Amino acid sequence: MLGPYATEEAVAAYNHEHGTDRPAVVQYVDWLRGIVRGDLGNSLAPPEPPVWDVIEPALVNSMKLAVFAFLIVVPFGILGGVFAGLRVGRPTDRGITVVGLSLAVVPEFVTGLVLILVFSIWLGWLPVTAQWEPGAGALTQVRHLALPAMALAIVLFGYIARITRAGVVEALDADYTRTAYLKGLPRNTVISRHVLRNALMPTIAVIATQVGYLVGGLVAIEYLFNYQGLGLMVLQAAQQKDFTLLTAGVLVVGVVYLVVTLIADIAFALLNPRIRFQAAE
Amino acid sequence: MSSTEPGATALHVADLDVSYRVRGKDRQVLRGVTLEVARGESYGLVGESGCGKSTAALAIVRYLPRNGAVSAGSISVAGRDVLDLRGQKLREYRARTVSMVYQNPGAALNPSIRVGSQVAEAFTVLGVPGGDATDRARDALDRVQIADPGSVMRRYPHQLSGGMQQRALIAMALAKNPELLILDEPTTGLDATVEAEVLDLVSQLQAELHTSVLFISHNLGVISKMCSRVGVLYAGRLVEEGPVGTILRDPRHPYTVGLLRCIPRGGVRKDHGRLDTIPGFLPSLGAEITGCVFADRCALADDRCRAEEPRLDKITPVHASRCWHHDRAATLPRAEIADLELPAVDRAGAPLVELAQLSKVFKQRGHEVHALTEVSAAIWPGETLGLVGESGSGKTTLARTLLGIVPPTAGTALLEGGELPTRYQKRSREELRALQIVFQNPDSALNRRHSVRRILLRSLKKLAGVGGSVAETRMHDLVERVRLTERTLTQKPVQLSGGLKQRVAIARAFAGDPKLVVCDEPTSALDVSVQAAILNLLVELQAEKRVAYLFISHDLGVVRYISDRIAVLYLGRLQELGPADVVFEGPHHPYTEALLSAVPTVDGGGRDRIRLDGDIPSAASPPSGCVFHTRCPRKLGAVCEETEPPLVEVEAGHHMRCHIPLEELRRLQRAESQPMAPTA
Amino acid sequence: MTSVAAVSERSEARVARRERLRLLLRSPSFLIGAGVLLFWLTCALLGSRITPYDPIFDQTSDLSQRPSTEHWFGTDRLGRDVFSRVLAGSRDILLIAPAATLLATIFGTTLGLITGYFRGIADDTISRVIDAVLAIPLIVLAVTVVTSVGSRSAWAVTVVIAIVFSPIIARTVRAAVLGEAQLDYVEAARLRGERSHYVMFAEVLPNVMPPILVEATIRLGYAIFAVATLTFIGFGLQPPSPDWAVQISDNWQFLAEQWWTVLFPAIAIASLVVAVNLVSDSVQQVLER
Repeated sequence: MLGPYATEEAVAAYNHEHGTDRPAVVQYVDWLRGIVRGDLGNSLAPPEPPVWDVIEPALVNSMKLAVFAFLIVVPFGILGGVFAGLRVGRPTDRGITVVGLSLAVVPEFVTGLVLILVFSIWLGWLPVTAQWEPGAGALTQVRHLALPAMALAIVLFGYIARITRAGVVEALDADYTRTAYLKGLPRNTVISRHVLRNALMPTIAVIATQVGYLVGGLVAIEYLFNYQGLGLMVLQAAQQKDFTLLTAGVLVVGVVYLVVTLIADIAFALLNPRIRFQAAE
Repeated sequence: MSSTEPGATALHVADLDVSYRVRGKDRQVLRGVTLEVARGESYGLVGESGCGKSTAALAIVRYLPRNGAVSAGSISVAGRDVLDLRGQKLREYRARTVSMVYQNPGAALNPSIRVGSQVAEAFTVLGVPGGDATDRARDALDRVQIADPGSVMRRYPHQLSGGMQQRALIAMALAKNPELLILDEPTTGLDATVEAEVLDLVSQLQAELHTSVLFISHNLGVISKMCSRVGVLYAGRLVEEGPVGTILRDPRHPYTVGLLRCIPRGGVRKDHGRLDTIPGFLPSLGAEITGCVFADRCALADDRCRAEEPRLDKITPVHASRCWHHDRAATLPRAEIADLELPAVDRAGAPLVELAQLSKVFKQRGHEVHALTEVSAAIWPGETLGLVGESGSGKTTLARTLLGIVPPTAGTALLEGGELPTRYQKRSREELRALQIVFQNPDSALNRRHSVRRILLRSLKKLAGVGGSVAETRMHDLVERVRLTERTLTQKPVQLSGGLKQRVAIARAFAGDPKLVVCDEPTSALDVSVQAAILNLLVELQAEKRVAYLFISHDLGVVRYISDRIAVLYLGRLQELGPADVVFEGPHHPYTEALLSAVPTVDGGGRDRIRLDGDIPSAASPPSGCVFHTRCPRKLGAVCEETEPPLVEVEAGHHMRCHIPLEELRRLQRAESQPMAPTA
Repeated sequence: MTSVAAVSERSEARVARRERLRLLLRSPSFLIGAGVLLFWLTCALLGSRITPYDPIFDQTSDLSQRPSTEHWFGTDRLGRDVFSRVLAGSRDILLIAPAATLLATIFGTTLGLITGYFRGIADDTISRVIDAVLAIPLIVLAVTVVTSVGSRSAWAVTVVIAIVFSPIIARTVRAAVLGEAQLDYVEAARLRGERSHYVMFAEVLPNVMPPILVEATIRLGYAIFAVATLTFIGFGLQPPSPDWAVQISDNWQFLAEQWWTVLFPAIAIASLVVAVNLVSDSVQQVLER
């Protein structure tokens, strides 16, 4: 905070003022006390604003990006997975699975760079950075978010498609599907009424686990597109060794993950009578 | 076969070949199967696992797995050719003409759709409008004797018991009043009393609706109860066919003869009239067979049998056998030597194991589940105590408590007078080696990464405390005892058949010369012919080593065959305990009575079955008074609801927990039915 | 009769194994993946011996040149030949990623075995910690750990990735062990007086190896992913390493002016992760058959 050339006295004074000369345990307990009171502390970086003031806008930005990416990837992922699952073992299936999984392991920043190169630099269709001018309209914001959201969608597609596919394959093999076919129901009814309902349950659970990654895990994407979200905030805090902000950021990311997982569990239970009634009985 | 005019037969299968494509090769599963089910007839198809009976059913409903295909032959249902149905025609056929009910009803219902709408679907597919379909569904559930169909319709499948689920599926299957109903092991996996109810229901509905039924089962007892004609399938070939009575009384194919001799039945006990076995193995899937499919395992086989396949020849107009020597089939030499000398059990001496007032309460989501309540019993050296009861009766918990896997909540177990530590971790090597177990499922009982040799040597080291050449010698000795070959030693469990795996598991249990071996349904995962061999092996080992068995089984025939004494558990309480013959011959506890009459047997017959109403109550909230009063057909009245009867010795060595005096039970049971044993 | 059947079953097993290998060698995705992987491994082993120019120090050529016949992939701002740097760029990552995966597998497996086998308090405690760790996105966690450790050496990156991956592997192993511990052979072992460590390592471990191996190959792909990402945001490998992500990190701000200094290493990274993924996926396919 004081730069590499600060005098020893200055460092000592700084440390004393911020309490960083106390034993680590004491500092930690103190910090925990603050958390319990809902006080995340102040950032160590000048002008030392309360941490929440830094986190809040970043969290809002991250959520915008996450929701946008979700809106793109969830329908495509489920569609791709269902499509592959219904054609299990055939070339369409292998194609979707292999391409999806391959895209999922390519680091987001690589995908992002290629997208920037093609859509911003060569074609000039979309802006290079994701950060819009203050007060920009919704459409402008969408234009700015398009590339990073696309990069995320590409990474997540394979993942969601794979889980969906596995669910579909399992449901197709299930005895209850046989019962449905043997009732004489048409294939479309069997699939929409009997197969998909059960097949999509694992997908819901998995989508929830990805939210944690989408809100806060996008360090590389936010860095690449210079987007002031939680990921970039955490990165900057780490670069500046602003531990208060870093820990608070990590904490918020964890809490978001837990909340979303909880929501997903509830949604899962509502869809799955087996769990719903177990709780009630 | 003269009655093949269209419309006269419900099902006509001719020269049906079905094969599965496995690892790039077509493997034939059904070989030229021809059979016919007349209108209103109930035809049984019987065979052991891998004989192709389910494949036949799936071919008829046109639902073979993706790698399976009909390669020759024809199938027609109600005079209509089934094999070239496509699209809408196929759906119509499934919706209106044919129905199928199969094993494991829990999986056959969609877990996330209410039972009512699933049943209603069977009507909407026939064009019944929504509201009417719901009403019809309610009627259908009513017809399968589901009490309060309205509330059942609103429930999800997992909220119903197995018996209820299967009834709902039967209701669905009969919605269309089908030309042909296929039942593929519909009661396998259900408890005996529930099975009996479901079978009764099917018989009754069939009589009402004149439905033609193809009944598939591995259980000859069930087939003989349910069907008028039966076909015996072996390795994809129909080897014998005829009226059920004829087949059971006068089988004319060596396979049928052998199969019937494998089944523990009337008068056969471990010490006299032992079970016969069928040597060898089923041909591997899709094996090329010239000659008779059974020749390899047949003691009557000669060169002609191996070279030339016999036709399905008529012996009488209704009875046919695919055997060159059908006239001599009954003379098939026995594979097992007959009688065996078993040492007498001396019950005057000290018991080997005593269970004193054992109770076990599990805590489950805040509820207390009383798995065992004050169970006391003794086992003497060299005897077999059979443990009988339906699911939830606590029989497995009892065994696990004795072994120290589950510590009891109260009570103790004694071994030769000394108190056993409640947990196996605290037990000495002597105590561990004295009590061993043979599990139900040999696949899970053996470590699939270890060779048989490693499995046995390790057990010898830990239980007998021997290593090196001594262990080697002992291992070879063990292998010989359980009739395995030396070659098995280098193999891993996957390379062995179910029966061989179970032999390895038995050898492992005997590595430390145990005093008592818990046999937890050791044959229920096996085919009848393999079961017979395993039972014989257990008996031989008992004769030789004077080992005692605690033998758990739901199969009363098996229990009677092997047990000296029998204990009957219901909801964790001992209801009856006594010598095997006494328990089977009666007078018996009303629950035992119901259990015995529920079991369909090969030589069963027109006895009136004692019906039990409803399902087994939950052990989490057992009924007050006598726990059996909610289902007891002989309930006296308030006393049964209020006071739990004590377990008293009603006659020498025969204990019973019932308010009805013994003489009264004797009178009641004699009045209603002749000898009550499943052996008739 | 026993022996005849046994022999045929035995050779059946051998045939099945050979069949699997044959399927693998006939699978185009496996062949492509293995080919690419082998190519990068060769480059990593031979290093500057096969590159046309020195990948690190050669600055004699012209600066920031477009791709040409002389410099196939152009040159960067310091005049280094991008083609040579791409060829040399696989070395560090092919060392760090497998090492980190191996460490994580060993640590995660041990953790998973213990939690899955013992259940009880140890399981509850460790599983809660694992859940908490998994609630934090991977890269955020890695950044936090790197910052706390304070070192950005290759060794530190390896350990960080290993630490971050261990809970994921532990969870997979735990699930497999939980299923396995239900099986009767485990009970049989306990009933003959085996100690816990014997049951865990000699009885259970061999049976959960297949899912562990599958998980490890998947993790290898993600280790490459993670190392590259960390490097890109400045928390991983540092210059002068010719690592692909280092090259991208150095040059991406100038993407508009000299795309070749970014695009080629980017394609290289993509090709490597996709290759690893293709191989692990086809192996899984064949194993599941």
